[in-house]
Amino acid sequence: MSKRPPEKTRFDVVGKPRRRVDGRAKALGQLRFADDLVEPRMLHTRLLRSPLPHAIIESIDVSRAEKHPGVHLVLTGKDFPIPYGIMPVSLDENALALERVRFVGDPVAAVVAKDEQTASEALDLIEVKYRPLPTVGSPEEGLANPEPRIHDYGEQGNIHRNQSYEFGDVEAGLAAADHVFEDLFFYEGNTHLPMEEQASLAMIEGDGKLRISTSTQNPHYLHRQLARVLQMPASRIRVIATPNGGGFGGKCDPGNHEFVVSKAALLLGRPVKICLSREEVFYQHRGRHPVLMKFRTGVDRKGKLVAMHLQTLLDGGAYGSHGPASTFYTGVLTPVTYELPRFRFDACRVFTNKPACGPKRGHGTPQPRFGQEVQLDKIAEKLNLDPAELRLGMVTKPDSLTASWLRIGSNGLAECIRKVVEISGWKDKHRKLPPGRGVGIACSTYMCGAGVSIYWNRMPHSGVQILLDRSGQVAVYCGATELGQGSDDVLAALVSEALGIDPAEVRCITGDTGITPIDLGSYSSRVTIMMGNAALQAAGRLREQLASVVAESLGTLPAEVVFSQGQVFAARDPGKTMRFVEAVALAEEKLGTLAATGSYAPPKAPGKYKGAGVGPSPAYSFSACVVETEVDPVTGWITVPKIWIAHDIGRAINPVLARGQVIGGVYMGLSEAMMEEQAFRRLPEKLSAALVHRNPSMLEYKSLTALDMPEVEVALIEDPDPNCPYGAKEVGQGPLLPVMPALANAVFDAVGVRVDEIPVTPYKVRRALEAKAKGEDPRVGPTEFPKVPYPEPIFVLPPWEEGDGDAEKGDAARARSEKRRAAA
Amino acid sequence: MNSVTERVVAVRQNVHLRLSVNGEPVEVSFAPYKTLLEVLREDLGLTGTKHGCELGECGACAVRLDGEAVLACLVLAQDCEGREIQTIEGLARGNALHPLQAAFADCGGSQCGYCSPGMQMTAAALLERNPDPTRQEIREALAGNLCRCTGYEQIFEAVERAAGELRAAK
Repeated sequence: MSKRPPEKTRFDVVGKPRRRVDGRAKALGQLRFADDLVEPRMLHTRLLRSPLPHAIIESIDVSRAEKHPGVHLVLTGKDFPIPYGIMPVSLDENALALERVRFVGDPVAAVVAKDEQTASEALDLIEVKYRPLPTVGSPEEGLANPEPRIHDYGEQGNIHRNQSYEFGDVEAGLAAADHVFEDLFFYEGNTHLPMEEQASLAMIEGDGKLRISTSTQNPHYLHRQLARVLQMPASRIRVIATPNGGGFGGKCDPGNHEFVVSKAALLLGRPVKICLSREEVFYQHRGRHPVLMKFRTGVDRKGKLVAMHLQTLLDGGAYGSHGPASTFYTGVLTPVTYELPRFRFDACRVFTNKPACGPKRGHGTPQPRFGQEVQLDKIAEKLNLDPAELRLGMVTKPDSLTASWLRIGSNGLAECIRKVVEISGWKDKHRKLPPGRGVGIACSTYMCGAGVSIYWNRMPHSGVQILLDRSGQVAVYCGATELGQGSDDVLAALVSEALGIDPAEVRCITGDTGITPIDLGSYSSRVTIMMGNAALQAAGRLREQLASVVAESLGTLPAEVVFSQGQVFAARDPGKTMRFVEAVALAEEKLGTLAATGSYAPPKAPGKYKGAGVGPSPAYSFSACVVETEVDPVTGWITVPKIWIAHDIGRAINPVLARGQVIGGVYMGLSEAMMEEQAFRRLPEKLSAALVHRNPSMLEYKSLTALDMPEVEVALIEDPDPNCPYGAKEVGQGPLLPVMPALANAVFDAVGVRVDEIPVTPYKVRRALEAKAKGEDPRVGPTEFPKVPYPEPIFVLPPWEEGDGDAEKGDAARARSEKRRAAA
Repeated sequence: MNSVTERVVAVRQNVHLRLSVNGEPVEVSFAPYKTLLEVLREDLGLTGTKHGCELGECGACAVRLDGEAVLACLVLAQDCEGREIQTIEGLARGNALHPLQAAFADCGGSQCGYCSPGMQMTAAALLERNPDPTRQEIREALAGNLCRCTGYEQIFEAVERAAGELRAAK
């Protein structure tokens, strides 16, 4: 018989609406964000940024700036000879440009002065001589102009990444399909626009070590890159992730400014701070890639998917950033929602002279999901099927494999579709509302954490340490980072649930590389699952320690000790009880100081081919969404009265926060769908032909306001996943994904025109309506896909074609694939 | 050249001001070009008031000036001589949260919390002039305060709950 105390099946904390643990501090304005921090003798920093999109730096003269009264230090590229990057395969950035600038806004020099005003004045005194180079404004231009190269690494010319994967013989599959649909889509780039501008404060602590307090989502990765760039042992550097005023992926990359203030603090021995201006945040970017997509999709008579060939072309901007991962993500999650017997995807990322793109909420997935879900709507239309029924008829099964060897665990997609159809009144609305009004449906899925770390290692992805003391206080340490998503609240909830105490007894100490065990960071919707599993392991170990001591006093076996509501008692005799704090004191007496750690690494993925590491996850969340629209047939103006969404969250740990994440995701999705654009224009030749940001301000970069946001009805589908803590899956990113295609589909239902481009603006709707009135194709969207030199695909047989998860070579494998299909 | 130098020197000379902040008289000296936002955060240490754009676009820096919600980044601090300013730090009643604060914390009105001070100060001004606002009136009042996390709905719910509690307390 196990000596372990039993696992929880009835919950005291989980699933109950609760004020989040940091709610009070936020409401009071007491939470200290990075720019709220002040230190004695603190200096301030401003960055000089390039006015040219692509140029060689011939000389920089900082002598006048250095003499400006109040200036303490001027730094340039030569102070930062070692490059960095978030991904080991793309170490292509320098904190300040070394010899070349690659976009308007690329940092060139930094001034550290007694105040921001003085630093700004000194920036004007720096003289930089540039030699302009030809620029690349789009992936098409990049493909057509391999020279000059923006970087001297990459696949070829200005291609950063280029790849192709094929799971089963796709051409043969398409040839055997009853219908083949070919569609092009474009998704414009957009940015995170967190309310808090990035800020950092670096200083030397009393023990001589460097400390940087900074708005980052990934203190651990920043820690590694600081050690690299500053050439210091990581053990002498402490990174504190301050509470982030929103991140959404925008604070994942190490930022130039973080290296600059760290170096300055080391050189000056004084605290050095920086806060980016809003305009600079648009240049820091790392947001949604603009992606051009081509789908060739074969279906049978009933509309069920037979095979798909997806091609994507990403506008990467000027640096690698997360690009290698982003490129994969424009394809890898495509087969997770619906059964797809054969799948090929080709993806290419091209460098351009614009701010670097990277991960934004949904990372690479929203773009192909938009295309796929709009194409399904077209398929349903053409075959006269109900789009909801079409989807319901081909959802992936729980505990199944995809053609690409991703293992799906729990799967609530069918339930999500049924639920959203029911609560939205879909059947009474679709194709039945009066002209000008319509509904659209779409679905999606998202990972609960990436299966592999950003740098290769075999260590845990998350670690948690818990300390108990005789006061009854429970201190929980974890490197996870609070962005507002509620990770501290999840940590407190899980630990208090496991130990049977009130969350108020728990103090969370998070995101501090000088104190907390490593957690890889707040990205890829990984924190609840990975930190949560580590926390439950640590708490379980403490429960065992406590149970082993108190069992005797309670006259029971350790395996029958129950922890609940601040009490510890015998399962079979609840009258035998003691308070949690008494149990701790008793155990401290017997065992000494009480602490335990827990850690978590995701399960090994079944795919063995090169590249199989991107896409696997401990679990997948699922969502289905219905958007209702009213479209003005004259102006094309779109109004959204209401959105319904069902999200398979596994289990909601705090329903208030879970609902908030869903509505927040819907908001961000709708805002992208309707208006957000990180777009650029060329200045006239006589004005340098620079590629400049069209709208680097919060007024001109349009986002939904309180007046625009529709009512959102949320249904949480709770299908607990065995890989997740108490079954809880992600909610931070998934609910955004179906909104964009659902909106585009609703516009079609309302006025019969297709806008195959994000954002779906009134202008585009009106253009499509004009085309419709003239009897032309009632569509706005891309019409051409350029010739991309994709490589020969890595060929892998799907699980149902006798594959083993590894790549196969030659025509023999294709022949086997075709034989299997014919037999089926 | 001389006149330029003189102007620069003049700008560098601090001004001295008396104003009332959260019900307490305050004297402060600061560079004359500073906005109310900068003086609150940098010279008075009241960092509860946030900034997101410094151009009057985002609403994060909303405070109350003689009762009305204003964007502190668009107010020259020099213009505040003798005036009454309320910031988020002055909203709670002793150790007890203001009903707006309690409702924001309980209803999910704050996610990252960065827009919360500005939202709450704007909402406090609304509820003083209109104790029973409709959902549409709340939307209109908060239309200048951007939030990137919540999708606004739980903020509306928080304001409605606080409005009910404030009315019941009267």
